[in-house]
Amino acid sequence: MVHSTHSGSNRIAGVGRLTPAKTVRFTFDGQNLTGLEGDTLASALIANGIHLVGRSFKYHRPRGILSAGSEEPNALIDIERDKSRKQPNVRATVQEIYDGLKAKSQNRWPSLTFDIGAINDVFSPMLPAGFYYKTFMWPKFAWKSIYEPKIRAAAGLGVVPGEPDTDRYSNRFAHCDVLVVGAGAAGLAAALSAASTGAQVILCDEQSEVGGALRYETDVKIDGLSGYDWAVATYAKLRGMANVRVLTRTTAFGYYAQNFVSLVERISDHLSRPAAEMPRERLWQVRAKKVVLATGAIERHMVFANNDRPGIMLASAARLFLNQYGVAVGRKVGVYTANDSAYAAAIDLKRAGVDVPVIVDTRDSPSSAVIEEARSLGIDILTGHAVYSAGGKRRVSSISIKPNNGGNERKIVVDALIMSAGWTPSVHLFSQSRGKVAWDAANERFLPGTYAQDCISIGACNGTDNLQSAIDEALVAGGGQTGALAATGGTNWISGMIGSAPGAGANTTVKAFVDFQNDVTAKDVRLAVREGMHSIEHIKRFTTNGMATDQGKTSNLHGLAIAAEALDKPIPAVGLTTFRAPFTPVTFGAIVNHARHDLFDPTRRTPMHAWHEAQGAPFEDVGQWKRAWYYPQAGEDMHAAVNRECVAVRNHAGIFDASTLGKIEVVGPDSAKFLELLYTNPWEKLGVGRCRYGIMLREDGFIYDDGVVGRLAEDRFHVTTTTGGAPRVMHHMEDYLQTEFPHLNVWLTSTTEQWAVIAVQGPKAREIIAPLVEGIDLSNEAMPHMSVREGKICGVPTRLFRMSFTGEAGYEINVPADYGKAVWEAVYEQGKPHGLTPYGTETMHVLRAEKGYIIVGQDTDGTVTPQDAGLTWAIGKNKTDYVGIRGLLRRDLVSDGRKQLVGLKTVDPKVVLEEGAQIVANPNQPVPMTMIGHVTSSYWSENCGRSIALALVIDGTKRLGERLYVPMPNGVIEVEVTGMVFFDEKGERLNG
Amino acid sequence: MLLIKCPYCEEERPELEFRNAGEAHLVRNSSIIEQSDEDFASFLYFRQNPKGLQFERWRHIHGCGRFFNAVRDSVSDKFLTVYKAGEPKPDVEALLAGRVPSDAEPVKRRAPRTKKAEL
Ligand SMILES: [Zn+2]
Repeated sequence: MVHSTHSGSNRIAGVGRLTPAKTVRFTFDGQNLTGLEGDTLASALIANGIHLVGRSFKYHRPRGILSAGSEEPNALIDIERDKSRKQPNVRATVQEIYDGLKAKSQNRWPSLTFDIGAINDVFSPMLPAGFYYKTFMWPKFAWKSIYEPKIRAAAGLGVVPGEPDTDRYSNRFAHCDVLVVGAGAAGLAAALSAASTGAQVILCDEQSEVGGALRYETDVKIDGLSGYDWAVATYAKLRGMANVRVLTRTTAFGYYAQNFVSLVERISDHLSRPAAEMPRERLWQVRAKKVVLATGAIERHMVFANNDRPGIMLASAARLFLNQYGVAVGRKVGVYTANDSAYAAAIDLKRAGVDVPVIVDTRDSPSSAVIEEARSLGIDILTGHAVYSAGGKRRVSSISIKPNNGGNERKIVVDALIMSAGWTPSVHLFSQSRGKVAWDAANERFLPGTYAQDCISIGACNGTDNLQSAIDEALVAGGGQTGALAATGGTNWISGMIGSAPGAGANTTVKAFVDFQNDVTAKDVRLAVREGMHSIEHIKRFTTNGMATDQGKTSNLHGLAIAAEALDKPIPAVGLTTFRAPFTPVTFGAIVNHARHDLFDPTRRTPMHAWHEAQGAPFEDVGQWKRAWYYPQAGEDMHAAVNRECVAVRNHAGIFDASTLGKIEVVGPDSAKFLELLYTNPWEKLGVGRCRYGIMLREDGFIYDDGVVGRLAEDRFHVTTTTGGAPRVMHHMEDYLQTEFPHLNVWLTSTTEQWAVIAVQGPKAREIIAPLVEGIDLSNEAMPHMSVREGKICGVPTRLFRMSFTGEAGYEINVPADYGKAVWEAVYEQGKPHGLTPYGTETMHVLRAEKGYIIVGQDTDGTVTPQDAGLTWAIGKNKTDYVGIRGLLRRDLVSDGRKQLVGLKTVDPKVVLEEGAQIVANPNQPVPMTMIGHVTSSYWSENCGRSIALALVIDGTKRLGERLYVPMPNGVIEVEVTGMVFFDEKGERLNG
Repeated sequence: MLLIKCPYCEEERPELEFRNAGEAHLVRNSSIIEQSDEDFASFLYFRQNPKGLQFERWRHIHGCGRFFNAVRDSVSDKFLTVYKAGEPKPDVEALLAGRVPSDAEPVKRRAPRTKKAEL
């Protein structure tokens, strides 16, 4: 054979479909190498004589390239464009090379050829399946601090990049009549057939080009063309049709309910210099009327001692490397098989001039045309023989073979071994669609059985073994013209073996790998059975067989067969695990897609946001809202700013942006009746123009939300909710209105964003706003605390509330959102001479705590009743129904021993408690102590000159005056139980 | 992602537009305050959660905003039918036997304001 050393010494001139002149330079572990345009990293490495590409997960054994497709368990590589665009665990068999590609091997230290972790291989008798579970159980603390980090470091896959991914990812939704997954012979034929009906068709294939097995099969003729040429011609034809979309480099990875299939398209991973605006990957979320699965079959390896040595690979992979890429996987290539398909690979290699010293066939007397052809080429065929072991360490150097019926072992020198135990139909997507597989006992394989969706499997994944039958089946599945497509040749997908090969059976201790990626051997599977694992689900978890990123594409059936043999049960009785999405690993980028940074979640800003920003206010996230936290002046830290704001509100006045409060307009003749049912309070008698603080419960009696409700007219209420609670309160109200109280004539409208709300609070509040207000008498008599009026402010319509969440006299000015900023600025200018001070959410929290006003969700946690919160006064005594009325009567809710909200004062007034800190009655009791409550709110109160806190404490209201204790890491803090109001206990300032 | 037919909008929309609202046909007693502990506990907490066909509530929250009921197979996730709030439980046997087209409206009426508890 003629070697072309330009793009690797194993490249054979005149073989394959790549263009010799189009060279591509890349590096592997720093070594400069040359490949050809169209190469995968795997084909380019093998072309350069490199088989050793990684170390195994557990034993750190040298590993090579097993396959030529997405099922690859071994050749996981780190690809780095730059510091932030770094992808670990890329399969070398999927990654195409580009000029400047930087690839690195993984899971080795200090180097790939000398890996210190390989010591695990020597001590492997001490590392059987289940070893980690059994050994690292105790002491408990050691798992987190010692064992796990060490194991993770020693038995890891790639390393996670340290910087945020700067690549772009895009997303598309698509609808089609027919989605065809897999563009091999069957998929192409099905797409052609479907397209001929005018249907909208999407055809996808995970490879860079269509053809599937046609890319390596040399004997196929379809419609008068060679299989590959037919595939290329069909691809061109489909691409030219307006109703067809063909997506290559696109993996269908998830099949969900109602024919919803997720695809990921790799757009720029194969490009040397992708355009800046080009996304790296595109996620397709396809809803298809009908799905045609043409996903083919995956070749299995033979399970024998040292079957993981680099240079040992699947026969079909060797064939693809040769016929597509022009790469010989070795110069002296042995063949080990249990079926016919490997013979075709041997024939192709032999014809390309590669030495094929032997075909070892476990079958006693197989006969077929392809075997005769191999024999006629002069290849030595040993039937009834098995490979007992492979020699060599970092590359296979020999195979030891023995006749099955006994006899002497002999050694044959090879530099590569290709193998085939047969083919496993790819039923992964079918299984994901919730279809039930059926066991084909004659051919020892699982095939699609009962379908759960409008979906059909065709070709090799359906167990259709003959090419003509597969194409006929595809034409019917496509639903279009079935004008015959004559096809001959093709791979024989049936026969072969599953389980361990001779020499690796029961009672042997050799390392015959079943699952390469997770280092699971045949012996491990048998051990799992001996240890009492009888279900495949348990065996899988005990051994980790099939649990790696390749999901056991090559190993599942072998593992199952070995377990079934050990259990002495038929395979279907042991069971096949259900396949889950994703079919192959999907990047986080593709899933997260645009939902990053600002697009992760909508950001809601109030109309006055820019003003707060200009004042240098930091913002606090409350749900999706950005709320001004405090307004620091020069030289102030948060503490100083909050103290100043708190004092200013009580001494002069403060201005606060309350726009984020939820607002719901309740309208209709039955509005009051409806509110009677939704809140604990009475509403029927609330006068027009008056407000009331309302408490909303869930049916179980616990506080759900609270807020002030104003009555604007007999049939119109302005309801406010907590900032975070608005959507769920609206949902809760709609639920009851639509389904429990549909007889009520009421309409609910969310008006949260219609109104900007400016709170002006403090003794100067009235004086400040009075000059700006028209048409409303602001006097105490005309507009007392808890009233609402409609009028104008700054010439703009307003709903003016006299209400307070600070304990000061104050107003909440509602104006249409668009006027919010202008009115805010006008009020601020007006108030400045009076000492009007902007204050943020932190000050708001302190001021309300000084008054003992609760915050739902902070001082309550979904297990607090109005009684627990000291709000019994807010329950309408004569009401016979409201949501939660029956819940409140439950025995546990009315008995002693409930946690109740109380105030806490630290004995040392300077000490501020930590929110969430636990409270005990006796600090000298042994650990673990009996905790009787916890701190819910805690602040320094500049107005009180001391710290203040609210807490939920068992039987708290009976403990007023009692001393309790808060144990902290630095010592125990002594506290006194008090009422909840710390400032202006009589509430006289409200009416100021 | 499921496709769900809203019986008010009368079309299939993606699941993203909907919110599940738990088991359907639970009746809130009109004199709930007099309910025994046992009855109230069963109303408040006990749910069927069957393997197979279940009656459940959905809200087309990012669409028309309406609550409606559905019969869905909890194993296959397939919807057998959807119907408006207030309409009676459909005859599942008949639906399964294919005697009633799954998207038919059993009763023509102004359903939205029918009280669930009356049925
Ligand atoms: Zn709707």
